[in-house]
Amino acid sequence: MSEKLLEVTDLHAGVEGKEILKGLSLSVGKGEVHVILGPNGSGKSTLMNVIMGHPKYEVTSGSISFEGEDLLGLKTYERARKGLFLSFQNPEEIPGITVENMIRTSKQMITGERVKLIPFRKELKAMMAELQIKPEYAGRYLNVGFSGGEKKRNEILQLLMLNPKLALLDETDSGLDVDAVRVVSEGVAKFHNENNSCLIITHNTRILEDLNVDRVHVLMGGRIVEEGGPELVNEINENGFARILEAQAK
Amino acid sequence: MDKKEQEAFAHKEELRQEFKKKTYIEDIERTIYDVKDADNSIYKTQEGLTEEVVRDISARKHDPQWMLDFRLKSLAIYNSMALPTWGPSLDDLDMDNIITYVQPNAKMTGNWKEVPEDIKNTFDRLGIPEAEQKESLAGVGAQYDSEVVYHSIQESLVKQGVVYTDMETAIRDYEDIVKEYFMTLVPPKDHKFAALHGAVWSGGSFVYVPAGVHVKIPLQSYFRLNAAGAGQFEHTLIIVEPGASLHFIEGCSAPKYNVTNLHAGCVELFVKEGARLRYSTIENWSRNMMNLNTKRALVEKDGIIEWVSGSFGSHVSCLYPCSILHGENAKCEFTGVTFAAKGQDLDTGASVIMTAPHTSANINTRTISKDGGKATYRSAVKVTRRAPDAKCSVNCESLMLDNKSRSDTLPVMDIEGDRADIGHEAKIGRISDEAIFYLTSRGIDEDEARAMIVRGFVEPIAKELPLEYAVEMNNLVNIELEGTMG
Repeated sequence: MSEKLLEVTDLHAGVEGKEILKGLSLSVGKGEVHVILGPNGSGKSTLMNVIMGHPKYEVTSGSISFEGEDLLGLKTYERARKGLFLSFQNPEEIPGITVENMIRTSKQMITGERVKLIPFRKELKAMMAELQIKPEYAGRYLNVGFSGGEKKRNEILQLLMLNPKLALLDETDSGLDVDAVRVVSEGVAKFHNENNSCLIITHNTRILEDLNVDRVHVLMGGRIVEEGGPELVNEINENGFARILEAQAK
Repeated sequence: MDKKEQEAFAHKEELRQEFKKKTYIEDIERTIYDVKDADNSIYKTQEGLTEEVVRDISARKHDPQWMLDFRLKSLAIYNSMALPTWGPSLDDLDMDNIITYVQPNAKMTGNWKEVPEDIKNTFDRLGIPEAEQKESLAGVGAQYDSEVVYHSIQESLVKQGVVYTDMETAIRDYEDIVKEYFMTLVPPKDHKFAALHGAVWSGGSFVYVPAGVHVKIPLQSYFRLNAAGAGQFEHTLIIVEPGASLHFIEGCSAPKYNVTNLHAGCVELFVKEGARLRYSTIENWSRNMMNLNTKRALVEKDGIIEWVSGSFGSHVSCLYPCSILHGENAKCEFTGVTFAAKGQDLDTGASVIMTAPHTSANINTRTISKDGGKATYRSAVKVTRRAPDAKCSVNCESLMLDNKSRSDTLPVMDIEGDRADIGHEAKIGRISDEAIFYLTSRGIDEDEARAMIVRGFVEPIAKELPLEYAVEMNNLVNIELEGTMG
């Protein structure tokens, strides 16, 4: 077993008094790729938001640790500075802040180091070319007027530029055409190495083809109800959640 | 953490603070504006408004007879008119306590060295002579209380026939032109404060740009009101002849007093065929000021008026620059930003009257309210029957930074012309929690995220402001110029 990176233990959390996560536990090691599958409404996005510290969600019990350190006492920006990154399912449109300005500010805040403009621009330009994002998008306002595919590619651009220790990918591949899914998959594959980890929510197995999946978790009713290797992806892809639902009903 | 790690950590934190430059969305840093000079004025009218006061002002200014008659006629109109029944409350204004004319202890000069020390220091603090020296301004006018104390213009412009001077000199040296245009666009009967202006006006600027002349570097007039309980009633008259162009900048400020000051200036702009005028204002009056200003432009065929208007100061403001698009293809671009903080009721916007075919107008504003401030966007667009194929787009957005503040949007449109193409977009909002979460998930702390969003909100407007005023904007929401404009 590799070194622990993220450890979620018996997590209970919800929003506005309604419990959504009901005793969820999972553990992600360094260098690993984990996939979370589950029907709609099972709590997948809630889990991502709670790990990232969205103030709307309330954690009632349980713990989340990152590199052995308690995360729950930390604010969202502090978690980001520790090396967490969330790729949003529906990235926000923020007028007046350019993609370039945002990523550069972000990089300076996360690293606490000066990011020089010229080399930064060069790196950004190269990365954008790789993700097939038009260069003028660097000067566009964050996600404003972007298509669904462009928003997701912009998330992957940030992932690659900020290079976190743990990437939380919340349906980064949803709502995209085949080409866009390929670009996003390749982007995630490019990001991943033995020093960082991915926790991926997806409905699409294409994104997993470029990655070696270490572990699959099935999330239902706010808990992990089954875990397994990559073969679980194929089973659910073919047969849906029927077998697991049945097992749960017993 | 061991000691070395701790040091590295502390160093990173320090750098992060530095990157932020400034975190909080603050009120305007008012220190430089709030320095009061001792009141060294050599003459003041008695408080209140009577025929005697008006005659006194006129005599001191050596008005020609027609101007005295004009003042007295305006006074009669003033006395016959009621206060407006709409807009912010004007209860704090007591005309019986306003001193309408304050003569500074200085003669108008073209040499800063001849300006009395205390007055010069004030303009130094505001950075006026410095901007002039750097040649980012082609001409400068500086008014202190009721009179202009300094005026200059580049020699090359004079040679091309450009006139830039104070109104008193203009009446003396260009009487025919002044007589032809003065208060024809904003007649005294327009409203009570226009009538007041007609009766007691003093100071201001006169600009005349002959046909075909392009004034490439801006001219700027700065209005400073130092005396407590006084009113400032400067008159600005600009005529841009056919095919000519000009950028005119107006700045205003005053130190804070406990008594109410009144500003009822009047701006009349004549943009002739194929001419272009950009009129930029940064208004930063102190929080005891009632700012009831009237600005109007008449634009002929193919002419363009561009307004850039920043309203940051005053206790109460009513300001709606009006463009009359009188000739075919005449255009108006209006860009405005208003920031209402605690104790401020700022009612701002624009008005456009389109009376010729193929005219077009573009109104784009942002208002911010915080800390209990009240910001109202008010606009009126009228397209008459004589203006077929008119185009008009209005985009007004408001942002409230907290639950105590208030924002209203009151756009009125009256379209009679055929085939008008009219677009209107209004948004009132607060900073969304999701936007904050997005930015904080990228390692940016909440305060900085908030500041970035506010900066982003005003960015489309900020980039229109004259560069020298970027500093004032910086004090407002810390516009990061290199980041947003680079």
